[in-house]
Amino acid sequence: MEKIKHEIATIYILWLRQIKRHLRSKPRLLMSIFQPILFLVAFGFGFKNIYAQAGQGNYINFLAPGIVVMSVVFSAMFNGIGLITDKQFGFLKETLVAPISRFSIIFGRTLGGATVAAIQGILVFLVTFLVGFKLASFSGLFSAFLFMFLIALFFTALGTSLATFFTDTQAFPLIINLIVMPVFFLSGALFPLEGLPKGFAWLLKLNPLTYGVDGFRGSLIGEFHQAINFDFLVLGVSVLLVLVLGSWLFGRVEN
Amino acid sequence: MIKVNNLIKKFNSFTAVDDISFRVKKESIFAFLGPNGAGKSTTIKMLVTLLKPTKGQLSINGFDVLKESVKVRNSFGIVFQDYSLDDELTAYENMYFHSVVYGLPAGERKPKIDKLLELVDLSDRRKNLVKKFSGGMKRRLEIARGLLHEPDVLFLDEPTLGLDPQTRNHIWDYIKELNKEKGLTVFFTTHYMEEAERYADEIAIIDHGKIVARGTLESLKSKTKTNNLEEAFLSLTGYDIRDENAGSIERMRLQRKKWKR
Repeated sequence: MEKIKHEIATIYILWLRQIKRHLRSKPRLLMSIFQPILFLVAFGFGFKNIYAQAGQGNYINFLAPGIVVMSVVFSAMFNGIGLITDKQFGFLKETLVAPISRFSIIFGRTLGGATVAAIQGILVFLVTFLVGFKLASFSGLFSAFLFMFLIALFFTALGTSLATFFTDTQAFPLIINLIVMPVFFLSGALFPLEGLPKGFAWLLKLNPLTYGVDGFRGSLIGEFHQAINFDFLVLGVSVLLVLVLGSWLFGRVEN
Repeated sequence: MIKVNNLIKKFNSFTAVDDISFRVKKESIFAFLGPNGAGKSTTIKMLVTLLKPTKGQLSINGFDVLKESVKVRNSFGIVFQDYSLDDELTAYENMYFHSVVYGLPAGERKPKIDKLLELVDLSDRRKNLVKKFSGGMKRRLEIARGLLHEPDVLFLDEPTLGLDPQTRNHIWDYIKELNKEKGLTVFFTTHYMEEAERYADEIAIIDHGKIVARGTLESLKSKTKTNNLEEAFLSLTGYDIRDENAGSIERMRLQRKKWKR
């Protein structure tokens, strides 16, 4: 019992550390909102008329949830950089010699990073209302935030897993872009999944983010591509898998 | 307090630590000296559970380092060669983080942190971010942090590197006092021979992964027929300049050269 309490306290303090670090870095906070807004304005107003003419309705409403997801995915992945700087500045060693399990270390970090990414997502979400986003119903908010947090967890764990292979922060952002760009573009965040060429549609089906986007958007605007339970199942299992992968990789880190 | 038997660490074909054995007595100050790349830090990393040995036995405070790692981790505190603080947190937050991960009861955290910050003269800087600290202040904070969970052994890997003489003396005064009054066992490495001369009860010199001499200052001097530790050190390890810790890439390069021949 004492042991469990200790591990939970550890997870909590690691979570808190991620939050504090993030809130103290104002430029990071601002910059991570700027890019999604640019996307939203450029794509949103750029494609608005074509989308409406094609009989699909309001593109801003369709696009805004996708852009929120984009901001969550990016800030979640960038949490990996935190692990690399902890390696560089030696703080990682302080946690590795402490009498706590490796799993608690990686889990606390991941929860903290995911919370930061979700906060980021909520900020961008609030901005989308200024551009003209309309919520279908308030009842969907709860499941929308659940999906948002799962997406944040998935990509934080993925970014942290990748970061275990790196020792400098120079190459890491390049690798992130290499992975995040295709994952984002092939998720249905920017366009509807109906009527896509077959091979292309398969690529999207293999992407866990596709289910995250569908669950999140569907909860907000009330139109799903798949059943929400199926979205939740696929995303949930993906999160578990990447968490296991992350703690295994982290267990191998030697200093 | 510390027992090391036939310890070996190999990185591929490079042997960083080559069958060393030694003991550190309870409540003593032990200096572990050697040129760059001799195997000092590798040995410490194995003692503090950061690196698994290729072969050999290690124990701290009667606990097997490999099998009872949690008990071992509770038994020692460490100040690493490089700083290991979180720059974006305050001095107090760094200490608090440590108190939680080492499982200090909630009621004891604050009084203990306050006492230790007082001890290293950082009480008035407790709310400052560590990134604003000088090297000496960071070191003092790290020592305070290493003592927070009341360890029996304190490892110090070149604790005074890059500090001015005033700060060095200051830091050693704390350590000596803790050793005398609390019976803290101290294991340290340094390149400043006068630190070992002045403070160590026993000295071991390691070179190319092997311990080349061990004993008190007097015994090392008489063994090498020299007048001070620096001369003794040089006569034991030679005058060649060593490369800074060869990284794993460097080692691979050496290996590739071997294969090409």
